[in-house]
Formats: sequence, C-alpha cells, structure tokens
Amino acid sequence: MVSSLIGAVELGLIYAIMALGVYITFRILDFPDLTVDGSFATGGAIAAVMISHGYSPWLVSLLAFAGGLAAGACTGLLHTKGKINGLLSGILMMIALYSINMRILDKPNVSVYGEDTVFTSISPLVLMPFVVIAIKLLLDLFLHTDLGLSLRATGDNARMIRSFGANTDNTTILGISISNGLVALSGALIAQQSGFADITMGVGMIVIGLASVIIGEAIFGAGSVFRATFAVLLGSIVYRIVVALALRVEWMEASDLKLITAVIVIIALVFPSVQRSIKQKSAARRRSAELATLASKKSIGGDY
Amino acid sequence: MLDLRNVSKLFNPGTFDEKVALMDVQLSMKPGDFITVIGSNGAGKSTLMNIISGVMKPDTGEVRIDHRDIQQLPEFKRSQWIGRVFQDPMAGTAPHMTIEENLAMAYARGKRRGLSIGVTSRKRSMFREQLNRLGIGLEDRLRAKVGLLSGGERQALSLLMATFTRPQILLLDEHTAALDPARAELITKLTQDIVQEMKLTTLMVTHNMEQAIRLGNRLIMMDKGRIILDVNEERKKNLTVEQLLGEFEQISGRKLADDRMVLGL
Repeated sequence: MVSSLIGAVELGLIYAIMALGVYITFRILDFPDLTVDGSFATGGAIAAVMISHGYSPWLVSLLAFAGGLAAGACTGLLHTKGKINGLLSGILMMIALYSINMRILDKPNVSVYGEDTVFTSISPLVLMPFVVIAIKLLLDLFLHTDLGLSLRATGDNARMIRSFGANTDNTTILGISISNGLVALSGALIAQQSGFADITMGVGMIVIGLASVIIGEAIFGAGSVFRATFAVLLGSIVYRIVVALALRVEWMEASDLKLITAVIVIIALVFPSVQRSIKQKSAARRRSAELATLASKKSIGGDY
Repeated sequence: MLDLRNVSKLFNPGTFDEKVALMDVQLSMKPGDFITVIGSNGAGKSTLMNIISGVMKPDTGEVRIDHRDIQQLPEFKRSQWIGRVFQDPMAGTAPHMTIEENLAMAYARGKRRGLSIGVTSRKRSMFREQLNRLGIGLEDRLRAKVGLLSGGERQALSLLMATFTRPQILLLDEHTAALDPARAELITKLTQDIVQEMKLTTLMVTHNMEQAIRLGNRLIMMDKGRIILDVNEERKKNLTVEQLLGEFEQISGRKLADDRMVLGL
C-alpha cells in the first residue's frame, strides 16, 4: 500500500511537467491541443534512443524538450498561418508525430535498462520535487514578463492585445511550443524512470493532462498564476494517487484506467455548469415566489 | 496626420448579398483634429474604423498615417500609432488579468515585448497616478481582476489604456453606447479631458447627435458608405440637432434612421 502510494507520488511529479504544459494550452491559450499525445512519445523516443547510444541523460532531456518545442511550433503554425481549426491541427500533428516517433525509435519500443539515466544516482523522489518546483517557478516568472502577459492576454482577449500591438499568431505559436516542450520533457523523464520508451506511451496523455489540471483547480483553486500552476502540480499527484487506489480494487483492470480518467474529466467538466444552472433556477424560483407574495399582499390590502 | 484616399470596400462582392460598405471615401485629418462621425445603420462608420485600424483591408484606395503608407501593415503593427476603444466594454480589456497587468500590456504599446517583468514597482506607481485621474477609485484596486469591474469602470480603464501612451491617432467606436446615461456622461467627460490635454488626433463614431455636435472641432455624416456632410469648426459651433436632421433629409432624401440614434440629452 505505502509503496504504491510512494510510486504514485513519484509518477505524479514526473507527469506534473506534462500537466503544466497542458495548463498552458488548455487554460492560458484556451486551445485544446491534442499534439500532446504525439509529443510525449517524441520526448520519450528521443531520450531512449540517445541514452542507449550513450549520450548524457541531462543533455538528452534537454534535446527532448527542444523536440517538443519544434512539434508544438508546427501545430501553432498550422493553426495560425494555415488557419486550420485548433483541434484538427493538433490531431494532424499527433498523427504525423506517430510516424516520426517510429522513425526515431526504429522499432515499437527501446529499452534503456541498465543505462545511465538522470535517476541512476538520485532517486526520482528526491530529484523530481526540485525539478518540478524550478520549472513551475520559471513558468510563473515567464508569465509575468511583458511577453508572458501578452501570451496570457492572447487566450483571454486576443482582439484587445492585438490593438496594443502584440502579434497574437506569434504568442500562440510560442505558447503551444513551450507547452509541448514541457510535455516532451516529461515523456523523456518517464522513459528514464520506467526504463523504456514505447510508440504508444503518449496515448491518452491529453486526457490525463486535462484531468490533472481540472482536479488541481477543483481542489486547490486557481486565483492567480502562482496558485494555478501549484494546483496543477498537486492535481497531477492526486490523479496518480486516485489511479493507484483504483488499481487496488479487485474487479478493475489496468486497461480500465483510460475509461476512469475520461469519466473523471467528464464529471469535472459537466459538474460546474450543472451546478450553476441549478443555482440559477432555485434563485429565480425563490425570487418569483417573493414577488408573487408581494403582489398578492398589495391586492389584498387594496389601500390606494 | 491621417489620410484616406479613394477608399472603397464591398462586402460579399458578386453575390446576392453584395453590400457597399465604403464607396470612394476621402478623409484627411490634421494633427489635433477631433472629428465626430454620425450616420444611419449600415452607413459604413464601423467599416471606416476597421479599415483605419487594419482589421479589414480596403478593396481599393489607400490609408496613410503621417505620410507613411500603412496599407500592407497588419492590425498589430498599426497599433503602435493607433489607440482604440471599442463599443463593447468587454472588448478593450483582458477580464482574467488584473488592472495593473492590463495597464502594463497597454504601456508596452510600440515597444518590443521581451522578458522583462511586466509590472514593476516603478510602473505600478505610475499606473496609480494615471488611474487617479479617472476619479473612480481604481487606483486602490490595482490587483483586482478586470472582470470584476462594472461596464463603466471597464470602459474608463479601456480609455486610459488606449490613450496614456499618446497614440498618434485615437479611434473611439461608439464607446459610450453600451453604458447607462450617467456612466456615458462620465466617459464622455473623461474623453473630452484626455483628448484635450494630450492633444490627440481623434476620430469618434457616436450615435448621439447632441454629443457629436458638442464634442470635437469637425463633424462628418455618413450614409451608404459615403461621407455626405462635412461640417467645419466654425459652422459646427452654431449647429443644432434639427439642422443636422434637416441636412440629412435634404441630401439623402429620407429620414435619418438608426435604432440606437439619440437626438439629444
């Protein structure tokens, strides 16, 4: 039990980097980016292949990040310059990346078992908190720079920030790039932690990222950027703990996980709007009852 | 300062829905000019604004700012010279960002947006000073999200953001139309003060005839994509709403109709 919880925290920390990437597109740019499913595996593939060829795992992780940046830039270009619908440009890149990832890996999976990884000398549980917090703080800082502000405004009110001279095409491409860079970095670290990269390792990653973002915001709030990124990190860890607990239920199979994740996201997306409409209805009912009593009193009184 | 030469714009050309938005429009503004624009529905007022700001490209004709040909420049590049306040109070600000962050983005107009921190303490005190001039207490709410402000407050903030970097041209697109009369009057007063103080070259579309006569040093009336009346400063001083309505009927042969038209206060 305890060991599975520790494992969950470990995975949650590594996947938190991916969740931060999803936060950038989904929440800041308001752009549901499906590239993630491809770029996560791209990161893993770059890491596994280069590490098995003896390159430094730190350098390799950095290159995986760069690979993700490039993938994200392509999606951004398709969407802004090619004027392709956001979802579709993500799907197109996801499919394209499948072939590219296969070229990188050269076979469906590559093992780095026994090779030197970033986790060889330091356990993930010790290393990852520092890495994750550092990335979170750097991201927070970036989102408060002039460039970061215009990136946030692009998702919030693109017309407004254009009228102040920011090129929203560029900020969109930048945001999607950084997002996929983080996703690929996360993929590279997962490959090193699990000891292999697999062509299918990115499948469903976008939904896991969304689940982390939504769970985190629901539990820990999202008032400021600082708070929201923190919530995303914790959301990723909570998600992994939920998964670990779900796997302990006897009649559940590991392959049911994706279904559970989808259900979590659906509940999290539907619940707030249902809650709002119920609240509005009951408020309206109360108010009309109030007005009705007021009107009936007046007519009974009749002292005009 | 601003020159429009033979600008025409068609919507849906060659189709059943073809509509002339602007037809051979000539307009020349001198530095410091404050022109008010009135006209009926579909007269081309908004299209004129969109063509100047670069949201739309004209089919023919050219647009120059300060003798520069800006025809090929997209909206975000023209923004370095053009400040704009929209009709919709939601349009000019980013609702999920704070007042100071919005101001910082406006302050970066015409500058390269790099990796320096957006809101510094030096900028913050400058923002506070600027907000103070609005006189509606926003200076004490720098860290409030703009989405929490009322329509009037947001429009006042939009006006400040559009002007405090002294753009060469200020475009006001019915920016008081969505507000209640008291708020509209406040924003009108602020507009007058800011334009006068900073000597901004301003083009203001309004549906309020009385306001169009009271503000500015020149008035143009549009109809069916053309400028049909151009009133200079001298004539404008003695102009009345009745005269204006009469002029319109005489020129266009029908009554001025705009579902939002306000004749006076």
